[in-house]
Amino acid sequence: MEEIKYGWWLPPDISTHGWEIDRLIYIIHGVMLVLFVGWIFFYIDALIRFRARPGHKAQYKIDHFKLPKIAEVGVALFEAVLLIAFSFPVFYKVRNAEAMPARGEALEVRVIAEQFAWNFHYPGGDSLFGKTAPELVSAVNPVGLDVNDPAGKDDLVMINQFHIPVNKPVIAHLSSKDVIHSFFIPVMRVKQDVIPGMVVPTWFQAKQTGNFEISCAQLCGLGHYRMRGFFTVDSEEDFKKWFDENKPVPPAPEPAAGETETQPVVAVAQAAPAPAAVTTTEGLPGVDPGEPASAH
Amino acid sequence: MPTKTRSHEAHDLPFWRKYIFSTDHKVIGIQYAITGLLFLLFGFGLIMLIRWQLAYPAKPLPWIGHLFHQKTMIGGIMLPEFYNQLGAMHGTIMVFLGVVPLAVGGFGNFLVPLQIGAPDMAFPKLNMISYWVYFIGGVVMFASFFLPDGAAQSGWTSYAPLSIITTGQTAWLLGMVFLITSSLLGAVNFLTTIIQLRTEGLTFFRLPFFVWAQFVTSFLLLLAFPPLEAAAVFQLMDRLADTSFFMPSGLVVSGKVLEVSGGGNPILWQHLFWFLAHPEVYVLVLPAMGIVAEIIACNTRKPLYGYNSLVGSVLFIGFMSFIVWAHHMFLTNMGTKMSAFFQITTMIISIPSIIILTMLILSLWGGSIRFTVPMLFAAAFLPMFGIGGLTGLPLGLAASDIHLHDTYYVIGHFHYVVAPGTLFALFAGVYHWYPKATGRKLSEFLGKVHFWLSFPLINGIFMPMFLQGLAGVSRRLYDPNQFLHGQPIQPLNVFISYCAWGLALAQIPFIINFFGSLIWGKKVDANPWHATTLEWAAPSPPPHGNFLEPVTAYRDPYEYSVPGREKDFWPQHLED
Repeated sequence: MEEIKYGWWLPPDISTHGWEIDRLIYIIHGVMLVLFVGWIFFYIDALIRFRARPGHKAQYKIDHFKLPKIAEVGVALFEAVLLIAFSFPVFYKVRNAEAMPARGEALEVRVIAEQFAWNFHYPGGDSLFGKTAPELVSAVNPVGLDVNDPAGKDDLVMINQFHIPVNKPVIAHLSSKDVIHSFFIPVMRVKQDVIPGMVVPTWFQAKQTGNFEISCAQLCGLGHYRMRGFFTVDSEEDFKKWFDENKPVPPAPEPAAGETETQPVVAVAQAAPAPAAVTTTEGLPGVDPGEPASAH
Repeated sequence: MPTKTRSHEAHDLPFWRKYIFSTDHKVIGIQYAITGLLFLLFGFGLIMLIRWQLAYPAKPLPWIGHLFHQKTMIGGIMLPEFYNQLGAMHGTIMVFLGVVPLAVGGFGNFLVPLQIGAPDMAFPKLNMISYWVYFIGGVVMFASFFLPDGAAQSGWTSYAPLSIITTGQTAWLLGMVFLITSSLLGAVNFLTTIIQLRTEGLTFFRLPFFVWAQFVTSFLLLLAFPPLEAAAVFQLMDRLADTSFFMPSGLVVSGKVLEVSGGGNPILWQHLFWFLAHPEVYVLVLPAMGIVAEIIACNTRKPLYGYNSLVGSVLFIGFMSFIVWAHHMFLTNMGTKMSAFFQITTMIISIPSIIILTMLILSLWGGSIRFTVPMLFAAAFLPMFGIGGLTGLPLGLAASDIHLHDTYYVIGHFHYVVAPGTLFALFAGVYHWYPKATGRKLSEFLGKVHFWLSFPLINGIFMPMFLQGLAGVSRRLYDPNQFLHGQPIQPLNVFISYCAWGLALAQIPFIINFFGSLIWGKKVDANPWHATTLEWAAPSPPPHGNFLEPVTAYRDPYEYSVPGREKDFWPQHLED
């Protein structure tokens, strides 16, 4: 892990897709510069050449200029190229549900934003998220996880600590408990509004390990400026180690361990039914290939 | 035209009817302009405070910090909630209480009847009501700072649910209802006036470009504002009557389940808001383009290049501006097909803007350019608006918007359009038409001091913001140093703040000039700039009823330097 350097330009990019966004930013700024410099030369030339002075008279009608028409058609064509060749494909890749990695391949995490913190809900070894409900939210249970749900027993909930393994696609399911936030990881070129009442999936993949940060990009109240999350990209071993160190202590045994739903639970997002044999956190989310994908 | 009878009425009116509750479009225009200028100064003052916090986070504000109430600053250190109030109210005041009232209410009211040769607006009483409704809206907004909960603090965009669960928003919504109503009354009046009251011979294609710009602007106000008025009422109901237009079910605020009926959608607010607020951008810009076109034609001493293209472009912009709004919402999880549609319309609307800018720059070619103070500001508008327009491109493409959305890049972009863009055009207009309104010229020397100080300083404010945005610094942050990526670029914040305070000082010559020239300004005749359009046919200042005798338009608006004529200008109203 090396120290990240931020400066007066685009932040470093450690994502697999970020170069495509950066490339578009560079191309478009290059063309903006060419257009602007062309304009400004013509403009300054005109201001000097046609300044009022004794003996100089204005010309009533000037000859028709052909260049602007050519330039405008050129700009229009160029914009079409930018749209079709650069913007549409990148946005499709990042945002379209069909372009997302297959569920078995990716680590799935729920990101639940609130004033003014980021909660991260990992499904654990079974790759299944436990049921959550707004009524169950408390200081010790920030996402309202239902402890009686077997799928939730191995779930890990972290506040402001977001770890992902390197070189593995991650699907983050974004939701909010209160107001609109925006999930922004500058070094990953990831920014997505988090909207209450919706679950918005977004995906990314890191290609370098290190410690970075998450910021909120949408005004969310008086603590907006300190809604900072810590974002760590680990090697696969380090990620496993981190997960095991933080894995949940089994909660106090309850008689009806999730088999019968005694309490009325309004699930915000329904988890799939638990597989028959659910044990504790043996493996890591998504590490066992194949098995959980069909469950969703 | 009942010109003669009208000019006699004026003598009988008492002071309060003549200057306070006046129905004369010129008095109303000046009322709008002065109120608008005062609000611009106030809105600028709010940002002076913000610039201290951004340059020196959590350091006590020197000299005046202790004067603030402890709900806003403690020991001179600004509280985050006050920071958010200042930000929200800066945007609201600059847009709805400053620029639009000055550009549309001020210049539009004063100039449109004069430029079309009419004695007044079509509905003078409606015009007066429109100003006073605006005034009440302004008082509500201003007074909200002194309410127990303070002013609105959810940004000028007021995104729900934050705006519904946060204090201060009710006054903002009430104020907006007044401001919107005022704009609607004004828009109806402008449309009727321009369609019905053009004087003899003044066909649509002989209209000065400024009148075209106001015409399209009025359509935008008329059609885009009602959805926001409805949305403001919905939001008011969500706050006061526990409805849930914008509130989804299952919200947990500060650990407690929120007791609302639920089922609403926060994105609905964004659609209704931006359906107004994107056309609103053109409401801010089109009158400015109109002013710049007038001043360029007059000071290059030649007709505008491509008048028909200008008119066509402005009509096309008006139409297109209704189908680009969701480019403010690329990151709200809209589908890729929907985002493709709004990216395409956004790229299309850039074309007529480029045409307008190109025509105005080409209008310089072949001229004999007088660098008067209005011309300096108008000429500076062109590259400034150019920068503002170009930097819209990376934001209009959804892919590059992923990184730049809601960063300082956005702030830099729209301020280039509205501050060194529109505001410079409005200053140009003040210098250009002040002699018409008062019969005296503003000081050329003070005007040049104002321009040459303001121009570099305003660029010093907004140019570094593009770098901050590229570096990923989000907007609306009370303290950007909380983030690692905000720390190395912090010196720019200090630089920007000094430029902003310098810019405030640079306005002092203008303020002295504006009031002082009423007394010591050089007296002028009806047409001091040797211009051609109809407003210069009326005396300076024009009497009640405007023209001493009815005017007729005999030719196109910008007949400068016509070959074979002795003088280099051929006014529209002269038969020969």
